[in-house]
Amino acid sequence: MDKMPRWADLILTPLISLLLAFAISALVILAIGENPWEALKTMVTGALGSSYGWGFTLYYTTNFIFTGLAVAVAYHASMFNIGGEGQAGLGGLGGAMVCLFIPWPHWSLALLGAMAGAALFGAAWAFIPAILQAKRGSHIVITTIMFNFIAAALLNWALVNKLRPVGSMDPASANFPKATHLPKITDIFAAFGVEWGTHTPVNVTFLIALLACVAVWLLIWRTKLGYEIRALGRSETAARYAGISPVRIIVITMLISGALAGLMAINNVMGEAERLILNNVEGAGFIGIAVALMGRNHPVGVVLAALLFGFLYQGGGELALWTSIPRELIIVIQALVILFTGALDNMVRAPLEAFFVARRKRSA
Amino acid sequence: MDINTIIQILDSAVRLMTPLLLACLAGLYSERSGVFDIGLEGKMLMAAFSAASVAALTGSVWLGLLAAIAGSLLMSLVHGLASITFRGNQLISGVAINFLASGLTVLLGQKIFALGGRTPSLTGGGRFDTITLPFADTLRDVPVIGPVYADLISGHSILVYVAFLCVPLTWWLLFRTRFGLRLRAVGENPASVDTAGVSVTRLRYTAVGICGVLCGLAGAYLSTGLGAGFVKEMTAGRGFIALAALIFAKWRPWGALYATFLFGLLEAIANRYPNIEIGPLTIPSMFMNALPYIITVIILAGFVGRAVPPRAGGEPYVKER
Repeated sequence: MDKMPRWADLILTPLISLLLAFAISALVILAIGENPWEALKTMVTGALGSSYGWGFTLYYTTNFIFTGLAVAVAYHASMFNIGGEGQAGLGGLGGAMVCLFIPWPHWSLALLGAMAGAALFGAAWAFIPAILQAKRGSHIVITTIMFNFIAAALLNWALVNKLRPVGSMDPASANFPKATHLPKITDIFAAFGVEWGTHTPVNVTFLIALLACVAVWLLIWRTKLGYEIRALGRSETAARYAGISPVRIIVITMLISGALAGLMAINNVMGEAERLILNNVEGAGFIGIAVALMGRNHPVGVVLAALLFGFLYQGGGELALWTSIPRELIIVIQALVILFTGALDNMVRAPLEAFFVARRKRSA
Repeated sequence: MDINTIIQILDSAVRLMTPLLLACLAGLYSERSGVFDIGLEGKMLMAAFSAASVAALTGSVWLGLLAAIAGSLLMSLVHGLASITFRGNQLISGVAINFLASGLTVLLGQKIFALGGRTPSLTGGGRFDTITLPFADTLRDVPVIGPVYADLISGHSILVYVAFLCVPLTWWLLFRTRFGLRLRAVGENPASVDTAGVSVTRLRYTAVGICGVLCGLAGAYLSTGLGAGFVKEMTAGRGFIALAALIFAKWRPWGALYATFLFGLLEAIANRYPNIEIGPLTIPSMFMNALPYIITVIILAGFVGRAVPPRAGGEPYVKER
């Protein structure tokens, strides 16, 4: 019998961990001589108080859904993919090449093409660590970290030496042709005759991110492959005994994970910057770790956690704009969320379990 | 390339390898005890910041060094709590520590100095002086040996010599003392150590603590020896290179020395020659920068000898009841 009811495991534990993380964040704000309550108000109004704020919040949310899903899928096979940063970066390169070198007649076709390019490059970047883990037992955490650095160097080289337009000093690619520009949410609403807010970067990719969540849910819980992924994640010996090939599942899972991370580039490279710039991922690959941990590796949880981090990101930006609190506060909050929901999970769980066991004994 | 150029490059390699060597040995203690630590980067960053800010505020680099060790130890304590006491995921804890340090250093730096996360430039007593070894100047004119002694061996800050001394010390501690035997055993088979009546928890906390002290030295060297002040994200991936070197070294102290020297040398060459031309081929600087990481992946793949980590590494120890 389980020690805790399901709702306590899925909702109460992460919620308490989150509250602890926020409580300590508030202490950090106090320690740098600012008012946490005022900071919270600035963040809420800045991120959720206007259609402008929502536009940015949802734009960031889109990034984090992709990287969060990437980490979550790998986690189901009990692999810790820290390579989201590199995979998303390479996804940007793939998407950018598709947009730059193929003359697209319409954005919808360009979107499909760029999605294929981004997913392919992201998956390719995850493939090498995957095959090394599966065949040679190289620890995936270390190899994916190394691949993040190698990706950064590779992107730097590609931008400076290959993609940079003649005469430009910026380490960035040329602007994408007009036909590849994705419609913003404002444009979509306008097409239906509704006027929605000012110009913000949130675009059609947000809907693709939501579709990706549904696809991941179907994959993990409704397909044979998903079953095999979860079986391998629970016990490699048992999975092997049941005739599941660990090599095959590890490689396939990491390809999916890398492709999801790569797809993030559709949002930030194609949907927002409309060219490839240096460090386009901006740490979203790492935030995916926090998002997956908090979301308990479930697509619904990932969306909620991504929304929370989207809020923190946009709110943190507003904070830096209006107060003397630097943007880096969100990195601290992110660290605390990872620490409490991921590493210090048992600190919250153990007393909760004791509480529920005691209560059941009393009622029995 | 003349002898002076070679000496200059080697000298720069020694300076650049020092933080790597200290961090690599730090990781060695932790991982030998069975606690994976990908938070080396964060500990170093925290230490670099603590050292530079305290040195800037007090004017004493020695107080800065103490602060660096304290800051790094604090991070180690968090890692210990998460991975030893609460049996959490060591990798996730390490990731959290890296972020915590990355955010806190800028947040606190901005609060204390209001320079966008930097500390003021350190001068005089706020930095580690270079030490001139005896007879360095008299021997300088002797061919070959003279310049090597005067420019390569002499003239570094004290932390460089400490780092090099740590190598034989670590070897002796790990392979010639009872503490070392137990530390290695707890990383291979904690149950056996437990059965022998030695506390797994205490041993692992000790190892994580030593790791904190060494990362403290590494960070202090970055901001008060190699550099003159703290700059945002100044560790720049060195914690991960140290981790890579640890794998290259197969978790051995002398190996750590050779591996970090190699990585220091690569960095020194990349700094001196941004683009290396070999015949018609030009090797771009980005490739040189990525080389340590590429080498690590190749080693990890087992193409250059097998690197076998401590067997119980990454696993929290659960006492049987």
